[in-house]
Amino acid sequence: MMLKAHRNHPLWLAYMLHRLSGLALALFLPVHFHVLSLALTRPESLDRFLGLADNPAVKLAEFGLVFLLAVHFFGGLRLLALEFLPWSARQKTLAAASIAGAFLISGTFLLQAV
Amino acid sequence: MSDRSKLLEVSVWRGMGDEGAYETFQVPARDNQTVLDVVSWIQQSADPSLTYRYACRVGMCGSCAMMVNGVPRWTCRTHVKRVLRDGALQIGPLRNLPVIKDLAADMDPFFDKWIRAGGVHRPSRSRDDPIQQVPPDDPGRVEANKGIECINCSVCYAACDTVAGNPDYLGPAALQRAWTLYNDAKVEDRQAVLDSVSGAGGCHNCHSQGSCTRFCPNELDPLSAIAGLKRASARSFFRRGE
Ligand code: HEM
Ligand code: SF4
Ligand code: SF4
Ligand code: FES
Repeated sequence: MMLKAHRNHPLWLAYMLHRLSGLALALFLPVHFHVLSLALTRPESLDRFLGLADNPAVKLAEFGLVFLLAVHFFGGLRLLALEFLPWSARQKTLAAASIAGAFLISGTFLLQAV
Repeated sequence: MSDRSKLLEVSVWRGMGDEGAYETFQVPARDNQTVLDVVSWIQQSADPSLTYRYACRVGMCGSCAMMVNGVPRWTCRTHVKRVLRDGALQIGPLRNLPVIKDLAADMDPFFDKWIRAGGVHRPSRSRDDPIQQVPPDDPGRVEANKGIECINCSVCYAACDTVAGNPDYLGPAALQRAWTLYNDAKVEDRQAVLDSVSGAGGCHNCHSQGSCTRFCPNELDPLSAIAGLKRASARSFFRRGE
């Protein structure tokens, strides 16, 4: 079994989602900054790179990134709310709502991009 | 009625320390049967050398917890019907604790951490002082009440992946205990309580996975208690920084 039985509940899944999205963002950010720095150092290679971005596969990857950021952002807000506002039993609803919010934001982005 | 002839396929962990393997037993199914009944049947009717632990059989003492089909549970109040998977049960010693033998886990680390988290009551008055009045509707009392029914079963401790990843982590039960003391009007030195749970291995290790709250058989909520400690220690950090 892939998911051990004691992990099979919404808060644990929300935790794993937060960790994976955080790690993926950490891997992505250095690349992102490098590409942005091209605007200052080598504008022509930036233009060539941006030309790539019209490719549908790249569009999909962009959707993935914004999705990651949205997942992590709302996941982070969920944790901060869960730990710093003294409420108790609403956690599952919050976890679900944060994921729904992430889909909403990244979905909107996808629609605008295509 | 026909239940009489049905058999359960029960695999039980056998071994000492780190060594061991699951051994399978056929156990007669009953209409009403707890996981502890199944373990007792094996010990009484199949293999008297099976080692396990229980005392009260009614969910009071906290000594009977085991892993049942991968989930930590109090076995004396877990009905087989609710947890059976394809007619089978897998029963193992509690996770995150050393094994003494078979199903008996060594609870020492769990109780050592209870003490490390400041879980021992330090009275602020002596027997010569008048008894301190604690109004039941005092907000601190109401908060502490939510955590005091802990039976020390270690189910939450076995469920927690942060404990699994960091052997120094105090774990949900000990931290929840500290939260009840922090809210107890009879405890004078609140800062001492916070200090013992906000260092290495303390409340800030918790990732709010909530497996503790999900599996606590007494329906306590260590997750929220730990969040309370996080808030209190953050507040005291900024106050002391002034
Ligand atoms: C957008 C605003 C952000 C918020 C509100 C936020 C919030 C949080 C919070 C509250 C945690 C603690 C989680 C826990 O205790 O398990 C966390 C963990 C983490 N964050 Fe962020 N974060 C944000 C942006 C980022 C970015 C841009 C990166 C990428 C560099 C990142 C990488 C990580 C990593 C790797 C972790 C550790 C994951 C873990 O411990 O499970 N975060 N974040
Ligand atoms: S909420 Fe904290 S203490 Fe409870 S299981 Fe998760 S990490 Fe462990
Ligand atoms: S908090 Fe619940 S699961 Fe943890 S030791 Fe106490 S009673 Fe058991
Ligand atoms: S035997 Fe006492 S709680 Fe199960």
